[in-house]
Amino acid sequence: MGIRERLSGNEAIAYAMKQINPDVMGAFPITPSTEIPQYFSTYVDNGEVDTEFIAVESEHSAMSTCIGAEAAGVRAISATSSCGLCYMTEMLYVAASDRLPITLAVSLRALSGPININNDHSDAMAEKDAGWIMLFAETNQEAYDNYLQAMRIGEAVSLPTMVCQDGFITSHAIENIELVETETVKKFVGEYKPEHGLLHPDERMAVGAYATPVYYMECKRQQSQAMIDALDVIKKVGAEFGEVTGRTYGLIEKYKMDDAELAIVMIAGSSAGTAKEAINRLREQGKKVGLVKIRAYRPFPGKEIGEALKNVKAVAVMDKSDSFNAHCGPVFADVTSSLYQQRILDPIAISVIYGLGGRDVRVESIEHVFAELEKIAATGDPGETYRYLDVRE
Amino acid sequence: MSQLAKDMTPDVTWEEITPGCDIYEGGTSEATCTGEWRTMKPVIDWDKCKQCLLCAPVCPDMSIPVKDGKREDFDYFFCKGCGICANACPFGAITMVNNKD
Amino acid sequence: MKDLVEIRWHGRGGQGAKTASLLLADAVFNTGKFVQAFPEYGPERMGAPITAYDRIGSERSTVHSNIYEPDFVAVVDPSLLEAVDCTAGLKEEGAIVINSPKDPEELRPLLKGYKGRVYTIDADKISKEELGKVFPNTPMLGAIVHVTKVIDEDDFIKDMQGSFAHKFASKPQVIEGNMKALKRSMEEVRG
Repeated sequence: MGIRERLSGNEAIAYAMKQINPDVMGAFPITPSTEIPQYFSTYVDNGEVDTEFIAVESEHSAMSTCIGAEAAGVRAISATSSCGLCYMTEMLYVAASDRLPITLAVSLRALSGPININNDHSDAMAEKDAGWIMLFAETNQEAYDNYLQAMRIGEAVSLPTMVCQDGFITSHAIENIELVETETVKKFVGEYKPEHGLLHPDERMAVGAYATPVYYMECKRQQSQAMIDALDVIKKVGAEFGEVTGRTYGLIEKYKMDDAELAIVMIAGSSAGTAKEAINRLREQGKKVGLVKIRAYRPFPGKEIGEALKNVKAVAVMDKSDSFNAHCGPVFADVTSSLYQQRILDPIAISVIYGLGGRDVRVESIEHVFAELEKIAATGDPGETYRYLDVRE
Repeated sequence: MSQLAKDMTPDVTWEEITPGCDIYEGGTSEATCTGEWRTMKPVIDWDKCKQCLLCAPVCPDMSIPVKDGKREDFDYFFCKGCGICANACPFGAITMVNNKD
Repeated sequence: MKDLVEIRWHGRGGQGAKTASLLLADAVFNTGKFVQAFPEYGPERMGAPITAYDRIGSERSTVHSNIYEPDFVAVVDPSLLEAVDCTAGLKEEGAIVINSPKDPEELRPLLKGYKGRVYTIDADKISKEELGKVFPNTPMLGAIVHVTKVIDEDDFIKDMQGSFAHKFASKPQVIEGNMKALKRSMEEVRG
């Protein structure tokens, strides 16, 4: 069975990479993801993996390296954070539209400015429309498990996948973890044998074509379908992972939602665990509160979220980034548009921006949000629908 | 699903187009008539040409075929009419004329 | 969780407070418990005040905030007592362990009215005598194990022997000094 260990989130990702033994890593360091290529380069140096470790001069080049390698027909990986992820932006879009299932580990960090090295989700949210599958983790265990599933998911639909975890809070915290035996990992992940590849000896092919207006939109429609198809693939791979490890994954995780009247929706991150503790405490007081944790943010599981929220009276959609649109955070926009699309119009929803730039999120912070929701549900008045949590006033 | 450049016609549907518009064959430029893009075309005056061959290597489209050490007439299927050859010729043997002439 | 123990470390960048918190988590992990060990990242430079945390229990804690009401506090650098509010939120039934040659009661006036137990350990001296240099984190670790009892002292010594052997594989001469420093600190804690 599993191997009992204690690892930081970054160590866990590097270990998953080692177990998978991918073909190429394009690497450039940035806090707080630096440890991932650092640990991994030790495995390379010790001959524990066969990976071609390519140290490059920028994140743009790191992603370009991955694109070249993956187009050649092999598995390519990288890791980054914050401004590094943004610097990859141009190539992230190329990777997705070229339909190359690259795997990118992201230790989430705020974007400048002011300059800040701590956690929030603004880096990932800046790339939410780049065409990448995006999986998020509450713990080091989930980061590790997501990484082991990422290639299966991405390769099934020919899309690249980001495996995101909270910088420092998860990436640098040592916690218990159950590792999967390497044999089992290798069997689960399988070998990568793409149908086409630039280095396939008997094939000539062209990658990265220019598409005139006559072709571009057909290409994009097909890319869009791949993301739609990924919804089922993520569920299937998550279920199969459960059969192997006992830890089953879906698109979302519902925590005490069955009879919940007040709910929080947030992307899986360290604060989801803190929210669970707040919910436990409030449940002891008889309050019907629950959490919807979004594991797969891209593709967006609108149906599952709608199903989970259809009976709640009030919901706070919590964003660890702001869209600066004078309206709401990005997850709020996705959640409420999917509720509207399904004609689920009863829950009163507010957008709550929280935890920016490493602002610590306490159990009390979440309790405060539920207290606000309780007032909203009682009065039917949402008040200000665009709020900041734990900000000095 | 379409696999070859010839299948990527303006009728191709989103379900048939290759992922990322990849083309699963090589040398597809051979089928593309870049000569259609031409507005001016080079014409050679064989009386002035000394077969010095300065023109052939500067052609960006390999449209000046050379055989047995001698250049032949332009390959108008590929020649885009850029005029570099006319500029390179020391003997005024290449003239750019209106493509319709 | 009934047996949750939360520990906060105060040190200065370079003194090894983060390492001490990790070593403690390692040792406790090896006894079968669930651990969290994490630093709070601020200015990353030598000498800057840093905080590190340990959360220890028989179940996994899902909370991922910093620790505001610790059961125990370890102060690796006594100059921090004046610079940082080291006893903030510290539970009265808990304790604070300070690296200092002074008597605990001499330091109590600096603790902003804290009424719980106060311990001191001359970690600098032990470190200098056993390791030849000031690495106060090893003796501090011994002292905190002695005071918190989050792990049986004999088990702890055995575990540390193993991890030092691994950590210092390339310079085995320092293993004995570290082990002596640990054992001495457990005996020399005052409070």
